Amino acid sequence: MNSKLKEPFVRITKREDTPLLKAWGIRLFSLLLALITCAGIIYLIVKLNPLKVYVAMWEGAFGTSKRSWITARDTMMLLCIGVGLAPAFKMRFWNIGAEGQILAGGLATAACMIYFGSSMPTWALLIVSFAASCIAGAVWGFVPAAFKARFDTNETLFTLMMNYVAIQLTSFFITKWENPIGSNTVGIINQSTKAGWLPSFLGQQYMLNVIIVMTLTIAVYIYLRWSKHGYEIAVVGESERTAKYIGINVKKVIIRTVALSGGLCGVAGFLAVSGASHTISTNTAGGRGFTAIIVAWLAKFNPLVMFFVSLLLAFLQKGAVEIASRYDLNDYASQMITGIILFFILGSEFFINYKLIFRGKKEVN
Amino acid sequence: MEEKTAVIKMRNITKSFGSVLANDKVWLDIYKGEILALLGENGSGKTTLMNMLSGIYYPDAGQIFMGENEVSIRSPKDAYDLGIGMIHQHFKLVDVLTAAENIILGMSGKGLLDMSAVNEKIRSICSLYGFDVDPEQKIYDMSVSQKQTVEIIKVLYRGADILILDEPTAVLTPQETDKLFAILRNMRDDGKAVIIITHKLHEVEELSDRVAILQRGRFVGDTLTKDTNAAEMTNMMVGHPVVLNIERPEPENVKERLRVENLTIRDIDGVKKLDDVSFSVGSGEILGIAGISGCGQKELLEAIAGLQPAESGSIFYIDTKTGEKEPLIGKKPREISAMGVALSFVPEDRLGMGLVANMDLTDNMMLRSFRRGKSVFADRKSPRELARRVVTELSVNTPSVDTPVRKLSGGNVQKILVGREISSAPTVLMTAYAVRGLDINSSYTIYDLINQQKQKGVAVIFVGEDLDVLVELCDRILILCGGKVSGIVDGRKTDKREIGRMMTSLGGESSEQQA
Repeated sequence: MNSKLKEPFVRITKREDTPLLKAWGIRLFSLLLALITCAGIIYLIVKLNPLKVYVAMWEGAFGTSKRSWITARDTMMLLCIGVGLAPAFKMRFWNIGAEGQILAGGLATAACMIYFGSSMPTWALLIVSFAASCIAGAVWGFVPAAFKARFDTNETLFTLMMNYVAIQLTSFFITKWENPIGSNTVGIINQSTKAGWLPSFLGQQYMLNVIIVMTLTIAVYIYLRWSKHGYEIAVVGESERTAKYIGINVKKVIIRTVALSGGLCGVAGFLAVSGASHTISTNTAGGRGFTAIIVAWLAKFNPLVMFFVSLLLAFLQKGAVEIASRYDLNDYASQMITGIILFFILGSEFFINYKLIFRGKKEVN
Repeated sequence: MEEKTAVIKMRNITKSFGSVLANDKVWLDIYKGEILALLGENGSGKTTLMNMLSGIYYPDAGQIFMGENEVSIRSPKDAYDLGIGMIHQHFKLVDVLTAAENIILGMSGKGLLDMSAVNEKIRSICSLYGFDVDPEQKIYDMSVSQKQTVEIIKVLYRGADILILDEPTAVLTPQETDKLFAILRNMRDDGKAVIIITHKLHEVEELSDRVAILQRGRFVGDTLTKDTNAAEMTNMMVGHPVVLNIERPEPENVKERLRVENLTIRDIDGVKKLDDVSFSVGSGEILGIAGISGCGQKELLEAIAGLQPAESGSIFYIDTKTGEKEPLIGKKPREISAMGVALSFVPEDRLGMGLVANMDLTDNMMLRSFRRGKSVFADRKSPRELARRVVTELSVNTPSVDTPVRKLSGGNVQKILVGREISSAPTVLMTAYAVRGLDINSSYTIYDLINQQKQKGVAVIFVGEDLDVLVELCDRILILCGGKVSGIVDGRKTDKREIGRMMTSLGGESSEQQA
């Protein structure tokens, strides 16, 4: 009976409305803690000065103006996909098919560049490729959405499988567009004419990428936050029964929203092909369709917050590549660092939503 | 009071959730061989207090004594070890398992599981207290009352001699309630301590030996039930005197507003939910609908609202001025409102259908109005004003109109929903279990609102479960039995026994022969 007298060692209680400042304080603290942990691990395993490693990471991402712009380009790519996922996720439609939607958009762009490269002025070609990529991505979103709306199929499996269709389709077109013959790649499209390449703007090669994506980000933020459609998306996501009760056409909203989501991811494909690599391969999406899921969730589907998350992830990736090459470490070491930092940031959400009360301490009000 | 030693003493129990103080230095004594009614309004901390006894929550401060020893109840298992068992309002059963499997679920045993011994023990518990349940029956085949029985046996099987029941009668018919009360009395006579959480006064008077009252998290007092009366208990519970009569103004100028003819509805599995139902409702009257839960009430209301396709039959909306009839069957909710039919519907599932739990008050008000105007942007200004108006007019207890509705208590949630639905000046108002789970104060606010609508000439359909209320409030009462109309009676000339009989047999015939 005596043991029963003991209070539990630790109790978990939910926090109500953690103040914004405190929440961000906790997040910042967890980032700091992650960096310290990483430092310890780096030192233990490779006996390098952790500070030097961090400096190298910083230099890898922002060391020169060119590097900064490449980091910016990759940030925009992730952000574009994350923003594309936002409407679907807000509706609780788990679109994990961004990878396929990007490829579909990229394929459409590459096709426009190859077939219309010599017959259209640059501005028209760009507009046509942009529209084509958007439509291709939307189709890749429309198919699973239509099945979900009509037959209530599982969107996660369906969108995932659509990725493989897109990959196979890309392989098919690579053999069709092979250049030079026998290389099994498409090569740089329109290398001499640069037709269909997103041009430099204000003297910066990637300035247009930034402008396009930031415009889309703000537009999607406004769309979700203030438009009637955005409200419908939120209601359908929270409760389909409520949506039906007030007369929202749930099927229409699902199809419309996921097509939009796919279309935005298709634009990311346009940026990857026309605005960055100027070629198409099965690696054009490169797993970023999945990384963007992390971006969307970490930002709680808020497009504006996604900017910061994308920047963090792009920075970590660039930094990791830099330390891998500079200190002769392999990729895995740098991925460990990324993993540890993400773990801490995700873990901090627990401490924002709950608090621990240890034995003997009383709650004070 | 007579000399008895308390088996459990709770002293200075305090528990808060965030900034909300749910229990504030509560004292409570529990005696063996006694039925204690824990009475209080919504949000007065009854369930929280009992959850601390059953190990769901751990108190922030205070002590619990079992006999002479102070105990610490850290988990439901600790509670079971001390012989405390709680039957929650929402059953926690696995549908695909049998009663017996559910009962032993989570218990540790030695070696092989001897199901026949388990069944034997369950049967002996059943015969001891008068339960009627088959241990080998699957849960999904059971009625609500049978499921509740399984929950009670589950607790007894674990050797509990202190039983806590959280609003056990909310889902039962009067006949089932009588049966439950008989069983609880058997338990008391067997020396067990029984605690029932309730806010129904007549149950307290009928069943309990002692009543303890909480008001806003504070312990107001306890007394022997025979020494008190309904009025006194209400005063203690609410903190000020309350008049306990439901008004029933005479209906004026009743004209047929809505007519349902030969309505038949099947659910997805092809089961007939409504069978040849016909009735009509007039403007300025309240038509009550009584029936055991799941007898087609939900389907009936949803069919009128355009949410449920019908197999056959028709529903007409009648313009009281011109006498023109408009068919509603086959129309979607948007088409119905586009026709100019001002239909308001307070569904049974408030947070799953009527409101969006995670959205704030303003956004919930918007559900009905967001489509207005041609702009692509939704207007949030007027819903915000409406939210403010509902909050002040119906005295909704909320920190602000930006609070998600899931954070509000049941009564306040219902006020928001009803407030929104009547704000659109309806001509037909349908409510399903409008006061389920609400305390006296909130319930009477809702009755008042419904009566106001009736006096404005609205045709009100009131689906209810508390027969006392139906008989007091409604002008006419339609009784459903297994999807068929068992009868339509005059609310002023009937009583709840008659309705109860009609709920269980068509026309109430078989029982009438005995009477």
